[in-house]
Amino acid sequence: MAFLEIKGLFKRFGKVEVLKGIDLDLELGGFLVLVGPSGCGKSTLLSAIAGLDTISEGEIRIDGQVVNDLRPSKRDIAMVFQSYALYPNMTVAENIAFGMEMRGVPKPERDAAVERVAATLQMGHLLSRKPSQLSGGQRQRVAMGRALVRDPRVFLFDEPLSNLDAKLRVDMRTEIKKLHQSTGKTIVYVTHDQIEAMTLATKIAVLRDGALQQVGTPAEVYNRPANLFVADFMGSPSMNLLTSRVVAHNGGTALELPRPNEAAILLRMPPNVAPGAVQVGQEVIVGIRPEAITDPDGADRNSPLVEIVEAHVDVVEPAGSDTYVVTQASGKEVIARMRSDADVRPGSRIPFAFDLNKAVLFNPESRQRIG
Amino acid sequence: MSGRVETSMAGTGSSASRIVIYGLLLLFAVIFLTPLFVMLITSFKTLDEIRDGNMLSLPQSPTIAPWLSAWGSACIGLTCGGIKGYFANSIEMVVPAVAISTLLGSLNGYVLTKFRFPGHKIIFALMLFACFIPFQAVLIPVARVLGMVGLGNSILGLILVHVVYGLGFTTLFFRNYYEAFPTELIRAAQIDGAGFFQIFRRILLPASGPIIIVTVIFQFTNIWNDFLFGSSFASGDGVPMTVALNNLVNTSTGVKEYNVDMAAAMIAALPTLLVYVVAGRYFVRGLMAGAVKG
Ligand SMILES: Nc1ncnc2c1ncn2[C@@H]1O[C@H](COP(=O)(O)OP(=O)(O)O)[C@@H](O)[C@H]1O
Ligand SMILES: [Mg+2]
Repeated sequence: MAFLEIKGLFKRFGKVEVLKGIDLDLELGGFLVLVGPSGCGKSTLLSAIAGLDTISEGEIRIDGQVVNDLRPSKRDIAMVFQSYALYPNMTVAENIAFGMEMRGVPKPERDAAVERVAATLQMGHLLSRKPSQLSGGQRQRVAMGRALVRDPRVFLFDEPLSNLDAKLRVDMRTEIKKLHQSTGKTIVYVTHDQIEAMTLATKIAVLRDGALQQVGTPAEVYNRPANLFVADFMGSPSMNLLTSRVVAHNGGTALELPRPNEAAILLRMPPNVAPGAVQVGQEVIVGIRPEAITDPDGADRNSPLVEIVEAHVDVVEPAGSDTYVVTQASGKEVIARMRSDADVRPGSRIPFAFDLNKAVLFNPESRQRIG
Repeated sequence: MSGRVETSMAGTGSSASRIVIYGLLLLFAVIFLTPLFVMLITSFKTLDEIRDGNMLSLPQSPTIAPWLSAWGSACIGLTCGGIKGYFANSIEMVVPAVAISTLLGSLNGYVLTKFRFPGHKIIFALMLFACFIPFQAVLIPVARVLGMVGLGNSILGLILVHVVYGLGFTTLFFRNYYEAFPTELIRAAQIDGAGFFQIFRRILLPASGPIIIVTVIFQFTNIWNDFLFGSSFASGDGVPMTVALNNLVNTSTGVKEYNVDMAAAMIAALPTLLVYVVAGRYFVRGLMAGAVKG
């Protein structure tokens, strides 16, 4: 049985339905990342788990116990807020100890716990300061300390890094990951940043307009997105999504991607599409990530199906370790990721290697993945 | 070079306009302060000097006798015990009335912003509406109610009336202030296990200094200076300072002691003056804080 279980969860504010039937579970020690665009209901879902908002329908269980009617303080959870929510009139030490004080933990025990957490997070020197005397990163650390000191059953994080600058964000991300590995705590983490989701999660849930789009491991969500929304949302630069037609080809089937002023690109049917899943003449959307379109030398040698296609180079964007190369197909820009030492110039014609083992097909009407 | 010429020209231009501005400010300050000045000097003059001298001239032989008389022995109506008893009445009325209305206002503001319930907007609108009901419209109903609950002609009754009447304003002040207070802090405290009143006392109140000062000054001045309720719902020895001052000035036995009247008026005005001097700069700061954040 999962440690955290959410069944048929609905949340309405008056007539507005913000969460539309969420079913989700997480095993003990798992790291679930809720990801989705702004306003899709991530914070609302987290508040529901925390008990800060009542839910309209459904059930939430922690460790087998239904917590629907438990107050936040009785759910044995800790939460880190986007704004850190440090009590401005208290010192760092008082902030960290406030929860224990409310629970009637004796002062010597509180002090010891504060010392311990301060040592873990290396912020012993900050204990007597007020929040207003701290930098953004230090506040973030104190907010984490306040959650850690409680040793709760579940940690909830609501976009904890979104107020930090880029460099600090990457550092803290690593730190949170380490913290999870060393404590083995169960964590639910909200972010709109898909890179954060990919790096931290053991399980990702993609949310859109209050409905789950896909739940799975980072690899599953990344490699086999359930629908066009997930395909487009996860990954940067995002997946190439190209409209094409299924055609008969050498006794099998292939995908035809029209190009301006030249012959269409023909790609043999990706091997992971079940035979018979698509018919000749059907229109489909091919999803293929930039890193699956490379220069021929950079292609995956173990892939069962790589197609080499000559194409015109429109734009070359060096990005340090890689170079993004843009060409045209199906009326859209197609982004390929090549080695930085590949000899590519805008305006030239070069061979592109399409690794079709990593391609997925979508139904343009239902917008769901085929096969 | 040209830069320096420009600055010096700007300098002369601004110094000319400065003279005009300061001149005007000084003029208005004099106009506003003259009555206070006259009151103050008159209260230190003897009656003879008042009758013979210039209203604006300083006292020739300053005396504090009028102050002592106003405080302890001037005749108000039929009793001749000065205003000290009435001063005490006002203190007895204003301190609890200010404290209770401020506390209730902050609780209202807390609930209306952080523990919202269906219909909170309507409740707030009604409370706001209470701010605009003219005093005169409620005099008779209030007198009836006070009579029915047995609080007619008592300081307690006055306290009740001032608390109820002040609630609209204090709620408005605190609601607007707490509206800008981050809700995540409340939620964090809830997760930390703090209850309704613990959150109020430990999280919200410590952050409420500026608005408490604004409310206290506002309520103190209003209630201290109130005349209508005091004269309507109290009588005899139970009236507040403002009503007693009026009675003192209107008492028609013997000669008119202007110096005593002035001294009594000064004493009546002192507490509000004091509150402004002590907390005035926080008043402006508190209003600004509310304005910027709200
Ligand atoms: N108290 C509320 N009343 C009405 N609508 C709300 C309330 N809280 C959130 N919403 C709406 O719910 C939706 C989801 O909000 P939220 O969970 O904060 O999104 P996210 O955290 O994913 O950005 C938004 O459209 C928001 O306007
Ligand atoms: Mg949010």
